Amino acid sequence: MIIQTVEEITPPKKGFFSRLREGLSKTSATIATGLHNTLLCTSQDLDVVLEELETSLIQADIGVNTVHSMLEDLRVDIQKGKAKIGPDVKNYLKNKIAEILSSGAGAMPMGSAAPFVIMVIGVNGSGKTTTIGKLAAQWSKEGKKVLLAAGDTFRAAAIEQLEIWSERSGTEFVKHSSGADPSAVIYDAIQAAQSRKCDVVLADTAGRLQNNPNLLEELKKVKRVMGKAFQGAPHEVLLVLDSTNGQNAISQAKRFTREIGVTGLVVTKLDGTAKGGTIVQIIQELNLPVRYIGIGEKTEDLREFNPVEYAEALFA
Amino acid sequence: MFESLSEKLEAGFKKLRARGKLSESDVKEALREVRIALLEADVSYGAVKAFIGNIQEKAVGESVLNSLTPGHQVIKIVHDELVELLGGAQSKLTVASSPPTIIMLVGLQGSGKTTTAGKLARQFKKEGTLPLLVPADVQRPAAIHQLKTLGKELGIDCFETGSMDPVEICRSAVETARNSGYNRVILDTAGRLHIDDSLMEELKKIKGAARPHEILFVADAMIGQEAVNVGKGFNDALDISGVILTKMDGDARGGAALSIRHITGKPIKLIGTGEKLDKLEPFHPDRMAGRILNKGDVMSLIEKAQETISQEDARNLADKIHKNSFDLEDFLAQFRQMKKMGSMQSILKMIPGIGSKLKDVKVDEKELGKTEAIICSMTQKERRKHTIIDSSRRKRIAKGSGTHVADVNRLLRQFEQTKKMMKQFSDPGFARRLTQGKGGFPF
Repeated sequence: MIIQTVEEITPPKKGFFSRLREGLSKTSATIATGLHNTLLCTSQDLDVVLEELETSLIQADIGVNTVHSMLEDLRVDIQKGKAKIGPDVKNYLKNKIAEILSSGAGAMPMGSAAPFVIMVIGVNGSGKTTTIGKLAAQWSKEGKKVLLAAGDTFRAAAIEQLEIWSERSGTEFVKHSSGADPSAVIYDAIQAAQSRKCDVVLADTAGRLQNNPNLLEELKKVKRVMGKAFQGAPHEVLLVLDSTNGQNAISQAKRFTREIGVTGLVVTKLDGTAKGGTIVQIIQELNLPVRYIGIGEKTEDLREFNPVEYAEALFA
Repeated sequence: MFESLSEKLEAGFKKLRARGKLSESDVKEALREVRIALLEADVSYGAVKAFIGNIQEKAVGESVLNSLTPGHQVIKIVHDELVELLGGAQSKLTVASSPPTIIMLVGLQGSGKTTTAGKLARQFKKEGTLPLLVPADVQRPAAIHQLKTLGKELGIDCFETGSMDPVEICRSAVETARNSGYNRVILDTAGRLHIDDSLMEELKKIKGAARPHEILFVADAMIGQEAVNVGKGFNDALDISGVILTKMDGDARGGAALSIRHITGKPIKLIGTGEKLDKLEPFHPDRMAGRILNKGDVMSLIEKAQETISQEDARNLADKIHKNSFDLEDFLAQFRQMKKMGSMQSILKMIPGIGSKLKDVKVDEKELGKTEAIICSMTQKERRKHTIIDSSRRKRIAKGSGTHVADVNRLLRQFEQTKKMMKQFSDPGFARRLTQGKGGFPF
């Protein structure tokens, strides 16, 4: 499948998920355009149709190999008469993606431990602290007693950033000074949470690239120490992925899962034009649930993940 | 999933070579692999299309078809075209004719603007200029505090104001800089989405008020297809002057560099290569090309090898290997040649297939020095015929080189292995392969 007929895309003015939110369906989004053409020209050559789809799916960051295997399946099914070129193509792919994503649904088993300890990890700038801030605000509002642990002792003012979130949402807060051992901070935080009878502990960690062996070791130690402070902790290891990242997100998910044992994902920054298609492959290969997606700046814009809604939005 | 492109290409080109003559469809087939590799590296769809088109035109030319080594020529064309697209020679930061030089950093949330601001300030200070950091990010909690902390750490002034209006902050900071003798001003703006009209409008106002000499778009090297949309959004709104790619110490292939360059036409000026504040480096299009192709720095390795190893040396070496008379003397000569070529680590990184595996490995340059010392402590006779080195000789050698007998043993084992390996290369084509960089660096 070599594509020679693809035009440069123009950025759609509306964000990907704002369409979903506002209930708009007909926009100039890339996948929509590709499919629109496909639907209108049902008599087009199958290869041309597949090429259009390839463009759209790759531009959603789904990844060239995943796209090719999806389209190969589609081709076979069309030839077998299981799918038709036309409206079926859209539904076929939507269902296909929703099916893959549905194994990635599921809420955190909150309440299974008291306190329920969540370790938040990810590369630099993926949105860990902001995610923690939003979760803290949501849960405090629900009446849960939340404690934030300032485990990013490396980046300048990371502690202050989390502290501001804590003040805003009125949660408990445990910090050491900048440059302190993150394991020690989080150990203290868990003990404090136990004595203060907190429901949830959200432990921030410094951003780190997944190919940095020393920093991965540090993270392993943090996790070990958490288990010493409270047996069974952490009960959830959340990996925060930036949806604007391309194929490297897959490397992040694989490496952090292998080294640290990720149990859930948060996909951030979906309010831009990025579609975060890498999660299709991540879910397919690692079978990790997406706990939350970030679709805006506001606290309530951090939402639970709905696979059907997401697949629908990809094809809106 | 990220098979190295070199492996794929080599497989593809083997096919080409076997057929003797190149047809247009042969080249197309090879370029299909290049296309997939570029997409895997997150190069945008449009940029890939333009790139493949260009290559096709160049590769299906006579010079390639009639060439003796078509594989190498196509690789070189792919590489050169990529370098060309990435901006040819390096591009330096503009310096204003009348100070202060004003630099404005813009980009998405989390791309690394504040850290980059600190790195730039550090570099300016090192160059002997007087920089002023300006925190204009009033959105993110503690962003101002972050910049102040970095300033304090570096001993660089950070602009203080009571204002919470980014436009006003930047305007008064530039005025202050002009009056107080600062000759570099770095404006750290808040991260924002390219589709956020009101925040993009704010950036335009800052541009109007501060009249920056450089508007640098700070982008995460891990960004995917979105690079095109974001790059276009910021460039359309602000007419950026250049790009800084951050988090290059990760293992992202960095196709974004090509996408952003393709869509904005603006040069990539600097790259961030680590969390520490000294990790800011000039951008080298040729290195980036190698990285995107996951091909190691093959071209420069070939060139370096050609510079240091004279053809005659290579022929002599091949001769010795052929006759199986390779001795410790030659072993030492080789080590010295490697040293001339640069540090071991950088050499290894240039070899396709090794570069990525080397991430966690550290070559100990000191170990190499030890090796040299050990061989130098041997007599001529011992070097020619290593089998005579018995335990008492080993003791003497260890003492002479300031090492331990175990080190001497290890070296001799290593030498044996190398010799064994070299037997496999004992055909006259070895010297040729050596200078062509095709396998055969025996270390």
